[in-house]
Amino acid sequence: MSNRPMTPLTLSAYTMVTANGRGIGAVSQALRERRSGLTLCDFEDVLLKTYIGRVAGLEDFSLGENVAPFDCRNNRLAWLGLQQDGFMVAVAEAIQRYGAGRIAVVMGTSTSGILETEQAYRNRDPLTGALPPGYTSHYRYTHNMYSLGHFVRAYLGLKGPAVVISTACSSSAKVFATAARFLQAGLCDAAIVGGVDSLCHTTLHGFSALQLLSASPCRPCDEDRDGLSLGEAAGYALLESSERVGRKGAVALLGYGESTDGYHMSHPHPEGAGAIRAIRQSLDRAGLQPPDIDYINLHGTATRANDAVEDKAVYSIFGEGPACSSTKGWTGHALGAAGITEALIAALCLKQGFIPGTINCERVDPALRSRILRENEERPIRRVVSNIFGFGGNNCSLVLGVL
Amino acid sequence: MRVGILGVGLLAAGLEGWPAGRDVLAGIRPFDPSTVPDPAASLLPANERRRSSDCVRWAVQVAQEAIAQSGLDPHEVATVFASSGGEMDVLDKLCRALAAAEQVVSPTLFHQSVHNTAAGYWGIATKCQQSSTALSCYDDSCAAGLLEAVTYASVEERPVLFVAYDLPAPAPLHGARPIASAFAAAVVLAPSVEQALAIADVTLTPAAGREVSPALGQEFERLRLDNPAARVLPVLQALALGRRATIDLNLLDDQRLTIEVEPCRR
Repeated sequence: MSNRPMTPLTLSAYTMVTANGRGIGAVSQALRERRSGLTLCDFEDVLLKTYIGRVAGLEDFSLGENVAPFDCRNNRLAWLGLQQDGFMVAVAEAIQRYGAGRIAVVMGTSTSGILETEQAYRNRDPLTGALPPGYTSHYRYTHNMYSLGHFVRAYLGLKGPAVVISTACSSSAKVFATAARFLQAGLCDAAIVGGVDSLCHTTLHGFSALQLLSASPCRPCDEDRDGLSLGEAAGYALLESSERVGRKGAVALLGYGESTDGYHMSHPHPEGAGAIRAIRQSLDRAGLQPPDIDYINLHGTATRANDAVEDKAVYSIFGEGPACSSTKGWTGHALGAAGITEALIAALCLKQGFIPGTINCERVDPALRSRILRENEERPIRRVVSNIFGFGGNNCSLVLGVL
Repeated sequence: MRVGILGVGLLAAGLEGWPAGRDVLAGIRPFDPSTVPDPAASLLPANERRRSSDCVRWAVQVAQEAIAQSGLDPHEVATVFASSGGEMDVLDKLCRALAAAEQVVSPTLFHQSVHNTAAGYWGIATKCQQSSTALSCYDDSCAAGLLEAVTYASVEERPVLFVAYDLPAPAPLHGARPIASAFAAAVVLAPSVEQALAIADVTLTPAAGREVSPALGQEFERLRLDNPAARVLPVLQALALGRRATIDLNLLDDQRLTIEVEPCRR
């Protein structure tokens, strides 16, 4: 049977762009300075009173001629992410080592380039109702769910297996699990995992309709929390078997756990049954026990239901042990990109010996029993769990640690 | 990677269910695609069925057929759902609503718009808490999904239900992704080949020198090329004919997913 400890996968290179800035340095500085990226919503003509974690500058450029058909907000954000932290150089080196056909691309997104379709529907032909021809010929490269994977694979010049996983918010956490299996099965020698999700009308109005958007910057774990703030982000990691590349002191994926609630499309299981299952599996695969974990980066969306149920699940496994916090107050909820960005926040915390608190959480909800951290802490940590739960009751937990 | 195929589900116009569809694919009965099926997807709770999309009902229908044949408890079976575009009908309704002056979106429509809607409804119907993955790889979604499912079964040593589905999009979205006819298929895969109706040896191979396998018969080849989910037809035909066959599915033009099918019993 499975859940046997897995071979750790070294994150040989990683990078991200969030509302807090471009690259690991900018994000880590914002975390340390407790500077939130959330601002009052000024996205296009959206009139909702809510805060968003918007990435600056996406309107100021378009994708160059080689990849021009891919041009849309989501792929611009994808492109911007690839330019940071020397990631392109690391990929080029991996291609030298393994060959372009031996590197997989596993991406996650929830809404892909849907903004293009939203705009096309606004520009339908008044007589025929047809969508603009410029849109229809680019649908494949922009809105189709595979577009992000297609773009990343083409832009990086890779020729291995590629796929886009789209399980709502858990999408770019699950990319680690799929990549780990691909590596284990010998389908590739390295994998680029990542996720990109960008602001659009569908999610802003959709979460508003579900009454899950806060009118103020989101307050994870606060007793008065009243909903989430949406964000956008891109993140990538180059994964290689630690048996091949070693790198003592490097950050590695130690375990993953995947589950579903089998309960409801948009409400979490009341007892957190699926969440518990995902966390336990991730610990099993890492060959670790709950006391081995120093920090838990919570899904912590700041909705009433998520934070309460996640706390139940976390407390049932860890008790008051590890420090827990949500970084959604910095980035907003980046949906399909939340998994990768929060895994990479965990990675930078491991590297820098640092635990972020929970900004905007003024008074921890007394009903929550886990050890919720409000203030940042500076101390070395070795093992982190990152939780992501999404629509469709789709859950994924990751364990990252220092080799 | 070697897996056992424990059950099959099939739904398309003229291919209603595996027992009937198998005979049609094997050429024993004529192919008559004049009637588009309206699947019951009886496993869905009445409430969920009422508000579910055609996509969900098609995917759940083939999933429940394959699971029933496998004899496995759906509780114990992880899932992989592959679709090029997912809920195109829901996306059309959403984008229409968002283009209107009021921009009022139904909360139900919104949570039904995710790519894992069918996977989520299957999980709710079966109360299954195993891993569930929904994915896309445009025209090669079926091959990519099959690769994910076979890899899952082999590495995690657990059974997995694989479902591929794509339905025609309504106008005007249809112009962006023209698919003429709906198709859904499912297989239950297990790491062990005991009790299997067929064995599949699956490898990822370079494309050079390997032609993509066509479906047998012009009408099935047209269907295969029309709908990304129907790219699995050559595999289903091998199962229907009870024939040993080596099938190459396209995977991003550089690669083939090579599937050697060996039937165990008729």
